[in-house]
Amino acid sequence: MMQIRPILAALRHHKAGTLLIALQIALTLAIVCNALFIIHQRLTHLSQPTGIDEDSLLIVQNQWAGRPAPAEVPSLLAADLDTLRKIPGVTNAYPSNTFPLSNGGIAYGIGHSPDKLKFTSDTAIYFTDENTLPTLGLKLVAGRNFRADEIGEAAGLDKIAPAVIIITHELADRLFPDGSAVGKMAYISNQPSIIIGVVERLQTPYVDSAMAQWSACSTLVPFRHLVDSTAYVVRVQPGQMADVASHVRAALYAANRMRVISAKDGVQTFAQVRATAYASDRGMAILMGAISVVLLAITAAGIVGLTSFWVGQRRKQIGVRRALGATQHDILSYFLTENLLIGFAGVVIGGVLALGLNLWLMNQFEVERLEPGYVIAGVIALLLLGQGAVLAPALRASHVPPVEATRSV
Amino acid sequence: MLGYYVDLAVRSLKRSPGLTVLMILAIGFGVAASMTTYSVFRAVSGDPIPWKSSQLFVPQIDMWGPKGHGGDGDNGDPPDAMDYTDALALMHDHRAKYQSAMYMISPSLVPSQAGKHPINVGGHAVYSEFFPMTDAPFQYGNGWTAADDEQRAAVAVISDKINQKLFAGANSVGKTIDVDGKDYRVVGVLKAWNPQPRFYDVSNTGGFTTNDEDLFIPFLRAIDVDMANSGNTNCVDIPAQSGFKGLQQSSCIWMSYMVQLDDAPSVEAYKSYLDGYAREQQHAGRFSWAPNNRLRNLPKWLDAEHVVPTDTEISLLVAIGLLVVCLVNTAGLLLAKFLRRSGEIGVRRALGAPRTAIYAQFLVEAAIVGFSGGLLGLLLTGVGIHSVSWVLPKDIASLARLDIPLLLLTLVVAVVATVLAGIYPTFRASRVQPAWQLKSN
Repeated sequence: MMQIRPILAALRHHKAGTLLIALQIALTLAIVCNALFIIHQRLTHLSQPTGIDEDSLLIVQNQWAGRPAPAEVPSLLAADLDTLRKIPGVTNAYPSNTFPLSNGGIAYGIGHSPDKLKFTSDTAIYFTDENTLPTLGLKLVAGRNFRADEIGEAAGLDKIAPAVIIITHELADRLFPDGSAVGKMAYISNQPSIIIGVVERLQTPYVDSAMAQWSACSTLVPFRHLVDSTAYVVRVQPGQMADVASHVRAALYAANRMRVISAKDGVQTFAQVRATAYASDRGMAILMGAISVVLLAITAAGIVGLTSFWVGQRRKQIGVRRALGATQHDILSYFLTENLLIGFAGVVIGGVLALGLNLWLMNQFEVERLEPGYVIAGVIALLLLGQGAVLAPALRASHVPPVEATRSV
Repeated sequence: MLGYYVDLAVRSLKRSPGLTVLMILAIGFGVAASMTTYSVFRAVSGDPIPWKSSQLFVPQIDMWGPKGHGGDGDNGDPPDAMDYTDALALMHDHRAKYQSAMYMISPSLVPSQAGKHPINVGGHAVYSEFFPMTDAPFQYGNGWTAADDEQRAAVAVISDKINQKLFAGANSVGKTIDVDGKDYRVVGVLKAWNPQPRFYDVSNTGGFTTNDEDLFIPFLRAIDVDMANSGNTNCVDIPAQSGFKGLQQSSCIWMSYMVQLDDAPSVEAYKSYLDGYAREQQHAGRFSWAPNNRLRNLPKWLDAEHVVPTDTEISLLVAIGLLVVCLVNTAGLLLAKFLRRSGEIGVRRALGAPRTAIYAQFLVEAAIVGFSGGLLGLLLTGVGIHSVSWVLPKDIASLARLDIPLLLLTLVVAVVATVLAGIYPTFRASRVQPAWQLKSN
């Protein structure tokens, strides 16, 4: 490290170039840190488990034509469930208003009093029956499932005041942090509901970041929704998914023609539901990744370009040093150290810039606070990138023969 | 002289092809990333109805009072949608040139031909003034009349797409369609009309949507036949009564409302009308709080509703950051390139070339790099816009277009940015001392 002083002296003659490289490293660090952080956030978001057996589930979205009266709907639903269960490969099914990641549904406040302003948590409401738990593959951690005789009916926009409900573990913890929720009462309407069961996990239909605070707070209510649109959640035997998916639409139409099942997205495997729900997160992660790669490549190329120029410019000086006894290794380490010094200056400025950019993004776009680990990782990555980029020109410099000292330019 | 400089520049660029390619690549990628994200940003931040957006207003009334405030991100604004009571009161008072309450519907249509499956359609229940207000373009026929509104007539305006599906594109005015099991007479067929953002109903669509607007029917008719809303419903209190009727009597919000006000005095008049209305409700005991209304014109409304997706803005910013890094990179490489030719500069200066000539020569060289980078950028922008649907949601990505203005902008940005990046290196080149250079040679 005794070389630092002459390096600094030499850099003083290349102020502009030094500054430009440092600035480029700083900006790259600032942008890449934030981009990586965004990627991490998006990947965390889209890899959240729903708590259901996604691989075995198929969603069929049905709308009755001609808007049947609420009184007609139960028999229509029963007939459809019968049709669905007869399809080879289908093991179970239930009708609901919505399903996880659908981005639509009903949300209520749930709490310890009927006063809606004092609710404990938001919660998504799933219309379910006794087949819901086995169909979704939900794990009951306490209490019991609904019984068939507990399943009621609710017309569209009817008040939902169930006598019994099943809630998720997360919601149970929020409502009753001190102990078991089973057998206790909670309010989602102005009448109390008794919690009869707690399931391990069931994500809400919403993937929007505004509702992320309660993404694991779901409530199952024992109702058939007597409206013209229904989502059938169908459980399929392993290996039969493609088969069932291609037959289910035709089977339902054959049983009753007066319905709409969209050819585009009326029948979706849960894998498709997931892909659609998180399309923007995945896209953003890919975009940020691509931009980071281009940035790093350009910065590396810039370092190679400028260092090559410096090496070319200093061939004579290098020759003189070699002639005076400097080894190839000395020359190599000279350029590596020079790059490291510039790199340090760059990452110090860049670290500050990264945090500043993050603060500004937090202000403008509700981005979360950058974790310091990202800045540290970025600093190490950029310093290594710099050393890697400078290696080729530095090696070339170390091969300058001492005889160069005697040649004029 | 320019031709000579171009010739010099090309020679110089050919002399160090590696460096030249590197600069062109950097500019190309930087410009392409910026332009691709900009094309998306431009598409989502554009004015959907530029010729009259400043005359369209969205009134907001605080029907919730303190109950509706105090949550995360509360800025004191009243709710962004309307309840039934207030929407109907405003329609009844009819104080604007045009106005319409509206709500989203999603009924099924049953084709008359035997054997065809029913189809699901999206649309809105609106008042007759909706059509002149939004300048919805008609292919056949017209919107319905105010009398049809009052009589709750079973009439409908359908989209071109539905007209193709049901009537093979023929003039279907006067024909009958079956909506949710009831007959409606077609009075108008729209041309292809898909305004993005869906400015007249932002609170339900969020702005951008891939859903089609297939059907419009009279508002009061839809209420009469209990056609429930298919959009959002937000409540601070559980409706006292069940069903669609209960929703209408509740303070739940589920409607959009838009008015057209042509000049400043009528805007002022409408504002004071809204305040008067809210005060009246306060006196009547319905509101126990002071009037808290808003009347934003369309651009301000779209801004307040954050219609431009955050992701789009962040992508644009990051891409511009990439462009800046590419320019810093180019500045460094140009500096290296120009200073390497100190000898040549010294000779030219010694032979009498003024500093301005050096400036011209090197800026031309920078511009050539910029232009080549721009051409590459153009190519990459084309690729980028085609693949943007791969990374952004379909409703947004499908709006990005490569058109002549964007094409020109790409080239201009590339050239201007590169010349800017070249200014400092050129300045340094022009300061080269001829005597020193000649001596050392």
